[in-house]
Amino acid sequence: MRLADRKLGGYLSVMTEIKTGYAPLTSIDAITAGLASVGYISTREISTAIYLAHNLRKPILIEGPAGVGKTDLAASMGRFLDVPLNRLQCYEGLDEGKALYEWKYGKQLLYTQLLKEKLGEVMDGATSLSAAFDKLTSFEDLFFSETFLEPRPLLTAMQQDQGSILLIDEIDKSDEEFEAYLLEILSDYQVTVPEIGTIQAQVPPLVILTSNNIRELGDALKRRCLHLYIDFPDPKRERAIVQARVPDVSADLLKQLVNFVHSLRDMDIRKRPSISETVDWARTLLLMHASELDEDMVRTTLNVLLKHESDIQAVDKELRKLTRDSIAGQ
Amino acid sequence: MADKVITDFIRALRSADIRVSTGESIDAAKAVRLIGYDDRTKLADTLRCVLAKSPEEKVTHDRLFDLYFSRNLDAESKSVSDTAAPDDTGADATSDDMLSLIESGDEAKITIALEKAGQEAEIQDIEFSTQVSFFAQKMMKSMGLERLESKMMEAFRSQTADGEGEAEKLIEARRDMFMRARNYAQRAFETYGAGATETFRQEFLSEKAITQLDRRDLERMRTLVEKLARRLAVKHSRRRSKKNRGQLDLRKTLRKNAGFDGVPFELLWKNSKRDRPKIVAVCDVSGSVASVVRFFLMLIYSLNDVVPDIESFAFSGRLESVGEILEQQDFSAAMDEIIFRIGMSSTDYGQSFSDLKMDHWNVIDRRTTLIILGDGRSNYGDPRVDLFSEAASRAKQTIWLCPEAESQWGSGDSEIPRYRPFTNRMVHVRTIKDLERVLDEVLASYN
Repeated sequence: MRLADRKLGGYLSVMTEIKTGYAPLTSIDAITAGLASVGYISTREISTAIYLAHNLRKPILIEGPAGVGKTDLAASMGRFLDVPLNRLQCYEGLDEGKALYEWKYGKQLLYTQLLKEKLGEVMDGATSLSAAFDKLTSFEDLFFSETFLEPRPLLTAMQQDQGSILLIDEIDKSDEEFEAYLLEILSDYQVTVPEIGTIQAQVPPLVILTSNNIRELGDALKRRCLHLYIDFPDPKRERAIVQARVPDVSADLLKQLVNFVHSLRDMDIRKRPSISETVDWARTLLLMHASELDEDMVRTTLNVLLKHESDIQAVDKELRKLTRDSIAGQ
Repeated sequence: MADKVITDFIRALRSADIRVSTGESIDAAKAVRLIGYDDRTKLADTLRCVLAKSPEEKVTHDRLFDLYFSRNLDAESKSVSDTAAPDDTGADATSDDMLSLIESGDEAKITIALEKAGQEAEIQDIEFSTQVSFFAQKMMKSMGLERLESKMMEAFRSQTADGEGEAEKLIEARRDMFMRARNYAQRAFETYGAGATETFRQEFLSEKAITQLDRRDLERMRTLVEKLARRLAVKHSRRRSKKNRGQLDLRKTLRKNAGFDGVPFELLWKNSKRDRPKIVAVCDVSGSVASVVRFFLMLIYSLNDVVPDIESFAFSGRLESVGEILEQQDFSAAMDEIIFRIGMSSTDYGQSFSDLKMDHWNVIDRRTTLIILGDGRSNYGDPRVDLFSEAASRAKQTIWLCPEAESQWGSGDSEIPRYRPFTNRMVHVRTIKDLERVLDEVLASYN
């Protein structure tokens, strides 16, 4: 126990220095305030996760239903810290050529052609075969240098000297092999290019991965990440979000419409309305000069919230009750 | 000590089936140093973020967090701040005998004493509820039970009214302390042991013959089945196209490299698409097989993520499609209805296969795995082996799951040996584990 303690202590002291291009995030409240300043209404849990991710140099894996602001959190962090956001959208079949780096084949080919013509000049003075070989070898290194390397989002993120946000969006859509590529980046913040060597990030980016749970992610990946589950917000937070996006909406209407959306989410429907749909609906109602919910208006604008015909039909049946409850429940 | 609080907590999580790696333990220790113990909610947020990696795990985490950190916070922070000199207050507390400890009424001190006794008794090893009293007794001992008892004996021996009163008080003190120790041990069991017991029970159930399961096991079976389904889903939710390395796709390669003057910089290989699994389940729901069918259907319908294409049929006398009921209603209610409606007539395999041919023949195609679940006891009716062999030849593979042991096949009215030549596999399923293994093989055959 003693020995293990001391070992742990030594390990801990290594991680104190964190080099970033932006001011370090010193407290959880500062993060909440900072995010609020760019229009993202955070929760205690979200801010804690960001704080830990920053101070432990760990990626965060964010899961939760579609449309609760997972991607938006990354974008807002970029705005808040004023650092570039590198976004990698995952899909089935995504490979390292599109995510990490690729060689600029065309340019390499062009240079080869040029070299061919100038071969006589280059070889000038080489009398023996081995001398000619040496001269040619020096060109080979030239071809596999960073000049001909096309960085893709992951490599770009490693090369930012001022720090950056790396968003790996919808990781669950990618293949399992791709997860394995990510492991090196996530734990050591480095990329290995066989022809060149290992490229290490001078300032590790803040990495945010999102997943909609289309498939279970591997344990190896989960182990390397902090895990944050964002669920649909409670009415209070959703009101704050809508207020921040649509400042003109009146307090009464705001309460009623958020209540209504929440009662929809409790129903058994195919796609529950997301936060962005609540915001869109608030804008729509504002355009129609509504100061209060009423049944007819809800019915005509229901397609802003619900995107499946069967859902609209299911809600339509209970619309009167839902509307009344939302107005009463403020 | 501070780290011990965390390592013990992690131990509790592990016992509740949350996998925590060594790396994650180190992360947790680092995170806690960063956050501190002062703010309970912050601490909970932090540990939840670092240690629990799925919504289900987060629920378990929160429950255990409340249990584990429910001890008096003052005592907690005190014993934590004692890291440097662990012998200071802790020793004081135990060197007081139990009587004065109780008389003092100082809850914090009592909690510390219990805490220390618990550690000496190595209470985090508790695994079963039957051990609670044993550990409580052990804690009493380390808190100086013997001293108290000898004092009690002395008081009795004096044989005076004062002595009697003294002894009464001591007995009262002992009883009180024992109750506290018991409560403490009980909570320790809920923290460290309950999860382990649950895992043990599930392990036990998965090996138990399905036909012998009790009604009261059903709820636990349901969580078990969900767990198995999740495990299968993780294993088989791989990508659909696989590379045939070595087979050059010449057309694609030429087209792709036209821009480089036809110099083949980038090679493209032939890919072949994988078939999505499709399962057609035909289940005998007559009395003898019904209980196995229940778990089989529960399992395949929990696999919906990997196998979106499931058709299921139930029969005894006649055959009916039951996919719709199962998808629309609550599972156990649907199952009860199916068994009640379809399972009550006498079994007729021949009639059921001909129903299948009449109404649903086109659901069986070349990517289908046809799974029959039944004992093959057809009450001496015509088994219509011809229809079965036709169905089997339409399907990718045919698997027959039989709840009877191999020694029973062919005895009495069992037609299993006549069907057997047309199946790819004829398997005896006795336990949930058997079902899992078969489905694992079925899914693997699509990769």
